[in-house]
Amino acid sequence: MSAFTGTWMLLRFQLRRDRMMLLWWIAGGVVLYYSQAVSTKGLYTTQAQLDKAAKGMESNAAFIAMAGPARALNTIGGQVAWQAAAFGAIVAGLMSMFLIGRHTRAEEESGRDELLRAGAIGRHAPIAAVCLLVCLANLVLGLLIGASLASYGLPANGSFILGASGGLAGLVYGAVALVAAQLSQSTRGAYAITGAVMGLSYVLRAIGDIGNGVLSWLSPIGWGQYMRAYAGDDWWPALISVAAVAGLGVAAVRLFDRRDIGSGAWAARPGPARGGRLTHSTLGLAWRLQRGSLIGWASGIFLGGLAYGSIGDDVNDLLGDSQFTHDVFGQGGGSLLDSFYGVLALLLALMGAGFSISSVLRLRSEENQHFAELLLSTGVPRWRWAASHLALAAVGTAVVVGAGGVGLGLGFVLVTGDGGAFGRLFGASVPYVIPLLLLIAVTWLAYALRSAFAVAGWVALGFCFVVMMFGQTLRLPAWLMDVSPFEHLALLPAESFRLVPLLVIGALTLAVAGAGMVALRRRDIA
Amino acid sequence: MKRSNVGAMDSVIDITGLVKRFGTTTALDGLDLHVTRGEVHGFLGPNGAGKSTTIRVLLGLLRADAGTVSLFGKDPWRDAAELHRRLAYVPGDVNLWPNLSGGEVIDLLGRLRGGLDEKRRASLIERFGLDPTKKSRTYSKGNRQKVALVAALAADVELLILDEPTAGLDPIMEAVFTDCIDEFKDEGHSVLLSSHILAEVERLCDRVSIIRSGRTAETGTLAELRHLTRTSVSAELAEKPTGLDDLAGVHSVVVEGQRANFEVDTVELGAALQALGRFGIRTLTSQPPTLEELFLRHYGEDVAPEDVEA
Repeated sequence: MSAFTGTWMLLRFQLRRDRMMLLWWIAGGVVLYYSQAVSTKGLYTTQAQLDKAAKGMESNAAFIAMAGPARALNTIGGQVAWQAAAFGAIVAGLMSMFLIGRHTRAEEESGRDELLRAGAIGRHAPIAAVCLLVCLANLVLGLLIGASLASYGLPANGSFILGASGGLAGLVYGAVALVAAQLSQSTRGAYAITGAVMGLSYVLRAIGDIGNGVLSWLSPIGWGQYMRAYAGDDWWPALISVAAVAGLGVAAVRLFDRRDIGSGAWAARPGPARGGRLTHSTLGLAWRLQRGSLIGWASGIFLGGLAYGSIGDDVNDLLGDSQFTHDVFGQGGGSLLDSFYGVLALLLALMGAGFSISSVLRLRSEENQHFAELLLSTGVPRWRWAASHLALAAVGTAVVVGAGGVGLGLGFVLVTGDGGAFGRLFGASVPYVIPLLLLIAVTWLAYALRSAFAVAGWVALGFCFVVMMFGQTLRLPAWLMDVSPFEHLALLPAESFRLVPLLVIGALTLAVAGAGMVALRRRDIA
Repeated sequence: MKRSNVGAMDSVIDITGLVKRFGTTTALDGLDLHVTRGEVHGFLGPNGAGKSTTIRVLLGLLRADAGTVSLFGKDPWRDAAELHRRLAYVPGDVNLWPNLSGGEVIDLLGRLRGGLDEKRRASLIERFGLDPTKKSRTYSKGNRQKVALVAALAADVELLILDEPTAGLDPIMEAVFTDCIDEFKDEGHSVLLSSHILAEVERLCDRVSIIRSGRTAETGTLAELRHLTRTSVSAELAEKPTGLDDLAGVHSVVVEGQRANFEVDTVELGAALQALGRFGIRTLTSQPPTLEELFLRHYGEDVAPEDVEA
């Protein structure tokens, strides 16, 4: 019996458990790329139009910060690679992260791993199986992206390069998740570490792409984009990704070999013998349970803001005076620099929404793990239990968005020395708290109706993201885009502040949250 | 709302005709359960009979589809939080927040129940030998159960609802638990105890209810339940017995020469022995049903309806 006995059996078992999840992730990833090809082709009927648009985009720093370096944008392929590569890498990365988390740390935490390992299973079989699973998933994803784009009529070589860059990014983040799963004792913690690495690499490449490109070489997303799909087609940066996967994989196995099953890299420390002030109330408990997540998100978004802010006013050079940029970004009559930072403030807020949604979803995991049962058997009414977590989600969201605003302003002031800009950039971020509260309320209502519906929160956030990023290029109908609350806000500091949308969204938030309270009163608690 | 006619003050739990469905499956199908003040009530039944579902309805976590449920004379669905200040609950499968220490969980649950007795908290931790500084994720099943038990027993309440509370405890801790329940009962309080440990049930419970497939199969004191079942009799007689089969309440008669073995409904035991006396009894052993037999009879699939109604 070798250390790998049972690997195939475990792999088949994992495939059986994850078949729907894999199907959705892979289908979603392929659609992300394919839809860009279809919409770009539909949007620009002549090469002249495409040339003109490309010129505008190339000189737009906000676009570059969001998507990546502008290469061959006057071709359909170049447009697809530019618009989809960074998000495709994140999608592949999230898929890999969840696969790894589910089959490693989550299994250990629940004790199911113990049950399996008591069978005729080699010591390294569970890790080997999940590694094969992640390789398989990313291979299929990459091949399907390449095949679908090639079949649409784009150059085959570039299509498969683009697919490979997505799949490779998935592998790198999967390897990061595997290391994180050895370090952290909880699945939640492993996801936090991996998510932080993803966020960091997204921001690093944004700064690199706007500047001299050096920082982009530190990012797995950058490695993929340096493969220059449809714009030179280089295979060799793939070697960096492969080396990174190998290095991280070896590190993960080393860490695994040195620890006991069920433990993390660090031994658990004893806690207090008495409950302090924080265990006086459900609000205190909510804070105790979520403070780690809040501190992590707030610092992450703060650093992201700081990084974006440190781009300073160099963007003016990039922006040039293209008519297109004026059309898209200068609508409010403000300066292009203001528009650039307006978009970044919105982007930071949408990233921060990750905290808002996951904070509400804490209710679901508290219920599923039967912590809620224990709490609700005491003198705590349902509404108060829910309201504690919702209050934390709301206040936490304000803190996270505020941290992003402070970072953005501070970064800008540090680089430019223009102290007056701080208030403008901070002020541009703060109003986004209100639409995020609506997202919280929507997630909450879905959860309150039925625990399984809670995932609607992520769907709603994903929708708002798509509307912001791709709404124009996908040519979504106006009424559909209007569903996203973010579309109704003034793009500060470029546009002037509008109070009415905030009031309407705020009122809607209260109504939805109230409906959630009614819904939770009516249903069974698991 | 239905008022209990025999002194609403003495009724702690009053469930009549409770029905609970999950989709197409019917978990509870007309269940009755009555617990009066000052009694320890055993709540028994095979796995999946609906014990935990009943408890979760009592806690107001699940909504009853039909029937009346009253806890301290009130509706547990509507007045959940208010009622919960008067009770403490220990789930069968104790899940605790992994990053909170045992001591923190005890204080949290105690405070949310409206305060806990400091002296009792300290003595319970001592008696159960619990280390309150360990993080919950490092506790074993038994230790997690101790945390929930200490939190429940240290609370100032009138009713304990315990769902297989000792399933993970070692025998010494089980003895501690038994003492604690006795003390609780001595104060005039009530306990609803779901358990599979028959010695514990026999030792603690004043009355028991046995449920099967979501219905109450039997309810009463252990003596009453014994009375409803059969005693096995084995006798050596002076002459070969005849006509034993025809006696009321006598079953499974085996006669081998002058030896007779049979089972008899406990209510008919006297008559059967009189009949046996006519053949001259040389030796006689009569064995009342053990608790195990009692429960096997009720848990098993072969219980005929007339046996249940008896």
